[in-house]
Amino acid sequence: MPINYYIFLAVTLFCIGVAGVLTRRNAIIIFMCVELMLNAVNLLLVAFSKMQFNMVGKIHPQAGIDAQIFVFFIMVVAAAEVSVGLAVIVMMYRNTHSIDVNFLNRLKH
Amino acid sequence: MNAIILSAVWGIIMMFSGIVTKSKTAIRNTAIIGLALLLIGNYADMMGYHLVTMEVHKMLYFDTFGLLGNSIAFASTLLLVLLSGRDMEKVGHNLAEYFALIFFVLCGISLVTTFNSLLMLFLGIEIISIPLYILTGSDKKNLKSNEAALKYFLMGSFSTGLMLLGIAFLYGASPMGSFAVDELWTAKPQVSPLMLSGILLLLISMSFKVSAAPFHFWTPDVYDGAPTVFTSFMATIVKVSIFVGFIRLFDEGFGQGAAQWQIFVAIITAATLFIGNITAVFQQSVKRMLAYSSIAQAGFMLLGLLSLTGIAKQGIILYAAAYSLATIGIFAILLRMKDYTFEGFNGLAKRQPLLAATCTIFLLSLAGIPLTGGFFAKYYMLMSVVSTGKFMWLAIFAVLCAAVSAYYYFRVIQAMYFKDGEGGTEVEPSAGFKGLLVLLAALILVLGVFPQTLLHQLTEMIYTW
Repeated sequence: MPINYYIFLAVTLFCIGVAGVLTRRNAIIIFMCVELMLNAVNLLLVAFSKMQFNMVGKIHPQAGIDAQIFVFFIMVVAAAEVSVGLAVIVMMYRNTHSIDVNFLNRLKH
Repeated sequence: MNAIILSAVWGIIMMFSGIVTKSKTAIRNTAIIGLALLLIGNYADMMGYHLVTMEVHKMLYFDTFGLLGNSIAFASTLLLVLLSGRDMEKVGHNLAEYFALIFFVLCGISLVTTFNSLLMLFLGIEIISIPLYILTGSDKKNLKSNEAALKYFLMGSFSTGLMLLGIAFLYGASPMGSFAVDELWTAKPQVSPLMLSGILLLLISMSFKVSAAPFHFWTPDVYDGAPTVFTSFMATIVKVSIFVGFIRLFDEGFGQGAAQWQIFVAIITAATLFIGNITAVFQQSVKRMLAYSSIAQAGFMLLGLLSLTGIAKQGIILYAAAYSLATIGIFAILLRMKDYTFEGFNGLAKRQPLLAATCTIFLLSLAGIPLTGGFFAKYYMLMSVVSTGKFMWLAIFAVLCAAVSAYYYFRVIQAMYFKDGEGGTEVEPSAGFKGLLVLLAALILVLGVFPQTLLHQLTEMIYTW
């Protein structure tokens, strides 16, 4: 399969994520959309990894491995972000009983 | 390498120090010892003494530019803790954890300043960002702090997503199939659309992190909402270190094709200078004014990204030092004030002449008046742009913006010296605090008179590359 299909799929998923971040007002849903963006990138990296292996694998037998390792790093960092992010959201909820980001206007004055 | 290992290990030591002792002085002293060790370790690295020799597979590259950036970050953090360590105790009960998070941020900083692979850049940026989300929200009962943390977190993770997409595109376009920064560029004269979009996405996400316009909108709110000690940390040390990484990325990765993306950097620079300076004029709170001033100063540092010459690298190091020292000093004084508005500074010169005098030196340095470090920093930046021969209009525009910036900095000086009022500090500052402020002011003046004291190591390295 040509690489273009993978690029289109990943970019589409990524754009859905971006659109969600920009339009939704619930902090948890925004957060899920960010995760969607990260996973679209994971998909793209794995596809590129295979592509690079096919292209330069004859010269460098190791080609393409870097990207797959990168995917694991993205997963780990995403997990760390989730733990901090959810803690921030819970802290917000305890004080305001809402996770609507429209309430985030106390600082604008 | 020393800095990365020491900062990570000391972060863990700080975490456990909270279990071993409840004494706040002991915890603070442990952190000060750790920062001094970091500074010494990093200097030893520059001199060629390494704790461990390790094969890093071209993931990291230790040169004087990055290590000098590290040194500035560590020295500034040391001064910040010495000046405002006591104010950190007022934020909450978890002093040891705050220091641990600061050490982890420093670990991320030492990755970002010495990366040679996009993987290390990504990890470094995330190791900086995640502890900062926590530090921003560390004042748990305060709604403004909560809000700032949530906003910073959502914006930060969004920009991380953009950065990752950029990295993936660059990987797909790289000829060798590697993340190494120096192998990204193709020899072909025509840049592929995949590569150009990757470069632009990285430019946008890094602009988010250094709060360059039009991606700056989170900055004033986050800097205003976060506890002031941590605002001081974020606005100075973190920002200038990410700038070192920013310049490194664009110089080594895409420097050969500068003509393709320079125009975008020029637009971002002009927008940052304009928005930062004009909005700062209308602020009523000094803390918020400093947030906008940090955007305006980022605009000046972006000039170095535009020219990418040896002078620009020297300039960014000098700028990092001068800007960090001055802003840390002002924030330390601001922390002691009863009132954060401009009126709060009224008549400070009568009650606290020393504080007012040092604050004046810091503000003059930020405005770029000669004899202070800020002047030479701005001068190097402008010279680097002029020496490339392009973008003369931007250099002229930057000078005009620097003139505008004098207005809001001088407003504070005017309030301190020429207005009468009840402004003053909450408690009488200690002699040690005053001594450190004098030291900071003296360092700024030394940088302003002999900038080469800091730069001579760097000059030797840049021209022998």
